[in-house]
Order: sequence, then C-alpha cells, then structure tokens
Amino acid sequence: MAIKKFAVGCFDDEAVLFSAIKKVRSSGYKIHDVYTPMAIHGLDKAMGLRDTALHTAGFIYGITGTTTALGGIGWVFTSDWPINFGGKPHFALPAWIPITFELTVLFASVGMVLTFCYLCQMAPFVKKHHFHLRATDDLFVMVIECTPKTNETEVINFLQSAGAKETNIQYAETGWWLGRYDKERKPFERKETALV
Amino acid sequence: MALSKYESQVRAPLVDGDKDYHQITEDIVRPIETDPSKLWWIGFIISIGLLCFGVYSIYREIVYGIGQWNINHTIGWGWDITNFVWWIGIGHAGTLISAILLLFRQGWRTGVNRAAEAMTIFAVICAGQFPIWHMGRVWMGFFVLPYPNTRGVLWPNFNSALLWDVFAISTYFTVSLLFWYCGLLPDLATIRDRAKLKWRKFFYGVASFGWSGSTKHWQRHEALSLVLAGLSTPLVLSVHTIVSFDFATSVIPGWHTTIFPPYFVAGAVFSGFAMVQSLLVITRKVLKLEAYITIEHIDVMNKIIVLTGSIVGCAYLTELFIAWYGQNKFEGWAFMQNRVNLFSPLGWSYYIMMGCNVISPQLFWSRKLRRNITFTFFMSVIVNIGMWFERFVIIVTSVYRDYLPSSWSTYYSPSLYELGFYLGTFGLFFTCYFLFSKFFPVIALAEIKHILKKSGENYKEKMGEAEKETVEEFAHEMAHAH
Repeated sequence: MAIKKFAVGCFDDEAVLFSAIKKVRSSGYKIHDVYTPMAIHGLDKAMGLRDTALHTAGFIYGITGTTTALGGIGWVFTSDWPINFGGKPHFALPAWIPITFELTVLFASVGMVLTFCYLCQMAPFVKKHHFHLRATDDLFVMVIECTPKTNETEVINFLQSAGAKETNIQYAETGWWLGRYDKERKPFERKETALV
Repeated sequence: MALSKYESQVRAPLVDGDKDYHQITEDIVRPIETDPSKLWWIGFIISIGLLCFGVYSIYREIVYGIGQWNINHTIGWGWDITNFVWWIGIGHAGTLISAILLLFRQGWRTGVNRAAEAMTIFAVICAGQFPIWHMGRVWMGFFVLPYPNTRGVLWPNFNSALLWDVFAISTYFTVSLLFWYCGLLPDLATIRDRAKLKWRKFFYGVASFGWSGSTKHWQRHEALSLVLAGLSTPLVLSVHTIVSFDFATSVIPGWHTTIFPPYFVAGAVFSGFAMVQSLLVITRKVLKLEAYITIEHIDVMNKIIVLTGSIVGCAYLTELFIAWYGQNKFEGWAFMQNRVNLFSPLGWSYYIMMGCNVISPQLFWSRKLRRNITFTFFMSVIVNIGMWFERFVIIVTSVYRDYLPSSWSTYYSPSLYELGFYLGTFGLFFTCYFLFSKFFPVIALAEIKHILKKSGENYKEKMGEAEKETVEEFAHEMAHAH
C-alpha cells in the first residue's frame, strides 16, 4: 500500500464522536477511518460507508453446501452404488435432509468467516499500524487523511474544537504486513524519514 | 452529559457499580494479567490428574479392546453413549445463549455468553470422545467420512441416523468454534494492546489476527455475528434432534418414540444451563466478576431451568401415557416394568431422574430461591445428575430386559476403566476451562461495553433522574394546560 500522513483525534464519548463526524464530513475533510473499542450502531451510516455484502456471500456459500450435499448423496445412492434398503426408494430425499441441512450451515459459516478475514485482511502474524493503543480499550479514534494541500494545524484545531481529547499527526502505512506484535520494527520506517 | 441511550427503569441493571469503559477492561483483563490463585492451581492439578486417569483408561481400551468395559448383549451402548448424550446436551447452552438470545435481543446474554460458548466447545470435545473410542478399532474411524477411496466403492450409509450424527456434531463443533473465536478477536486485541510482557504481546498479537477496531471491520463483524446466529439457531435445535434420531429411528421399545426430538432439545437446554450455572457461580466468585455476572443473570437462567425442566417433565409423562394408551405390549413392558417399577433391577434410576429433573427444579418458582447463589449451585449439580440418569434410563433400561428373557440375568454396572473414561472427560473439560479462564477473557469485553450506557447501573441512575424530571414536567404542563 502506501505511506500517508494522518491527523488523529481521540474522543472519549461516542455522543461527541457522532457530532464530530458530522462536522468533519460537512467541512469536506476525508475521514480515513474511525477505530472504536466496540461496535457502535449507526457509526457506519454516519461515516457514509455502504452496507457490507457479507450476507450475500453467506447465502451463496449456503446454497453451495445444499447442492453439494444433495448432489453428492443423490449421485452415490442413485447412480454410483445404489443399495436396496428393504425395498425403499433409492432416491430417499427425506432421509437426506439432515445432512443437507448440516452441510448448508457448515459451508455458509466457514465460507463467511474466511471471507470476513479476507475482507478485513486478518490472519495470524498479520500486523497493522494502530493509531492509538487505547482504541481497543476506551477511546474512539478518528483518523483524517492529510493531502499535500491540507493545513495540518487547521485540522488539529478543528478536531480539538469538535471535542477531541488528544490529537496528533502520524505517518502510517495503510495496508498490512507480516510481523509480530512483540517486535517494534516497521517495514516503512526508513521511508517515513525520507518523506518528512 | 447527554444520554445517548435509554432503557426502562423496570429492567434491572446488567452491569453493577460505577463503571466506565476503561474500568470494564481493567476488571475483565485482571485475571489474565495477574498470577493465578492457589485455588486455580489446585483445581487445575486435580483436572490434569483426572485427565491422566482418563488417558490410561483409553489406553487399556485400545490395547485390550471394548472388553475392558462391562457392556454386553443386550447393553451395547451403556455408560459410553450415556456420557456422550449427556456431554452433547451440556454443549447446547452456549450456542443457545449466543445465537438464539442474540436474535431475541436479550441484553443479559453479554455477561455470560463467552464462558458459556467456551463451555459448549469443551463439552462437545468431551462428547466426541465417546462414539470415537466406542468404535473399538479407532484407527478405522475415518471410515465414517465419505471420501473417494481405494478399497473399491465404499460409501457410508447416508440414510443412517448415526451418520447424520457425524455430520451434525462435526458441523456444530466447527460453527460453535468459529462463532466463539470471531467474538474473541476484538477482546484479544484489547489484551494485546495493553500487554507489557513480550510473550503476551506475541501470543495475543498472533491470536487477534491484527484486529484494529476499524468501523468497517465492526460493521462486517456485526453482520457476521448476526448471520452466524441465524445459522446456529436451527443448528442447535438440529444437533440434539439428530442425536435423538439415533434412538427414535430404531424399533427398540422405549426408543421408538416420536416425541424424542423436542424432548431431547428441551433436556439439552436444561442440562446446559445447569452446567453454565455451576461454572459461572464459581467463576464470578473466584475472578471477582460479580458486577458483570449479577444475581439478575443467575435469576434469568434459573427461570430458563424451571421452564425447560417442566417441558422435560411433560415429555416424561406424555411418554408414559402413550406407552399405556398405545397398548403395545413391548412398549408397555419397557415403561411399566423396566422403568416405573421401583423394584425392578434398575427401577431406582427412573426415580432419580424424575426427582432431579421434574420435581426439584419446581423450587425455582420461588424468587428467593432463584436468587440464592448456594442453592442455585446445589440445584445445578442436582439437575446434571438427573439429566445423566435420564440418558442412562433411556439407553440402559430400554434394552437390559429385552425380547429374550434368557439374556436378562446380567446386572449392568460399569467397570473401573469405563468409569475412568468418564472421569477423564471431566478432567479434559475442566483442564480446558481452567486454561480458558486464565488466558482468555471470560466475559465478552466489547459486548459488555456495548450495553454499558444502556444497562449499566450508574447510567441507569441518570436515566432515572431524567425520567423523574420529565414526569414532573409533564404533570406541571398538564396542570397549566387549561
């Protein structure tokens, strides 16, 4: 990805955060992201994010499971190796419902979790830049992207007037990299100094 | 401060005391960041000891075969499958709490769901041991899986209830594990970002998958939780339904019963909640989490116990009625002679079952008893003993005196290693639970924070003031209206 410059504002109350987001957006600043310790309902709408399509993916995985089960069992019992169980029909659909249901749920769940991890770029040994360590504890961290035209002090003052308790400017890699949290080394450190 | 959320004063607070977001983190992460207590070590060592005995029992079973157990003709399943059904039943509460109660928007689930889900996973692991080792030649276990193989055409029977079980339980385990772990990710990230020690940074860094708390990620996380809850809800019901099919699709008197699926599901929820109570009553005390797992939570779960206990009681009586009404001699024998007759060889087990499952939970109609911690703990143990005997009654008393009176003479009781295997799963379960309570947050941090401003005691007090003001203002306005 790329290294960019960000203005960071930390809020300690979600009610203040909501009004701040409204102000920031109406002033034309570009919100990179807001990091929160828990899910806040309506925050995605306030930031203008579109709905996730994860549900649709789940549905597709689910019907894949259904067809796999029905197709697989149907093929085995009617074509590959039909067995006569006391003269009962080979195509015994009611008896296949339990496995069909289980595979539907299994495919949908596993598929959705993998898709979730892929979309959020999450995996073991993946490391990202965290703008504030208390973003997973009790702070709501708003990150605004600075373009070459942005006046940093203006943004910082703006954030403070909107209710931010703590503000700063950070250079950060926007993507992820392989790394460990007990090692401080960042892959973009050298570039950062060059950029400054 | 502006109140962003409002909840009626009729509802008791779910988080006691004057808490804020940071205090919640401190309280819940404290047991992870401090050394375990002496009590923890004692419990952990006992668990490991039991586990070792279980492993030795299994070793005997592998080397000498199923003959190490006292199962016989006609009791082919005995303790082994009794324990299997018992553990799988216990494994129902966690996903029920996290899935069904999420869909029903029950705020109180947040205090107990994490520990209950963990319990579910460990209980399913324990349950899985029994059918696996019951196979005898366990190294052939993979034969139950449908896969293209080199031994000619060899498919499992997809029309068999036992194969449905394989699919149901493995799916249930996988989905419960995913659900639990996805919920844990943000909380593990919280511990990672607080960590001072190097190993903790490393461990929780790896385990939290680089979670950042981005709004988009939270949005997806919420969507994922909701859909997984929607999928898990019928899944929970399906698992014990399918376990009951193991019996109900057979033609054995006492097993061939259409009421089994709902009866088993109610029984599973019943025993699952009892186990959650046993664990949480101790956990909240030892880890000092009384502010998060409140008397209110215990009260609500006891209400579920009395409800499901009564459903189970109805099912027992219906079964008896139908055995009489159906006028099938063999069915009648299985119920009236093998069970209800107290003086039959195993008749006593039926009365333990009835006493523990149907009569004793009725005491929970009393609010005072529902809110008594010692009594709750005692009852939760009683219920689990009763539910074990329910499975014993179904599995053993239905078959120990069958169509052939010459095979009636043997009185079935377990061998040492049959018992050892059961105790071993207790060791496994509690070893896992002790490790979980040491290394993972036993309460869902992010979810408790989510309900704090709505259901926290300090916030509710403020709401109460706001409510009072508005009532007074309203009265004032009305007085001056004309």
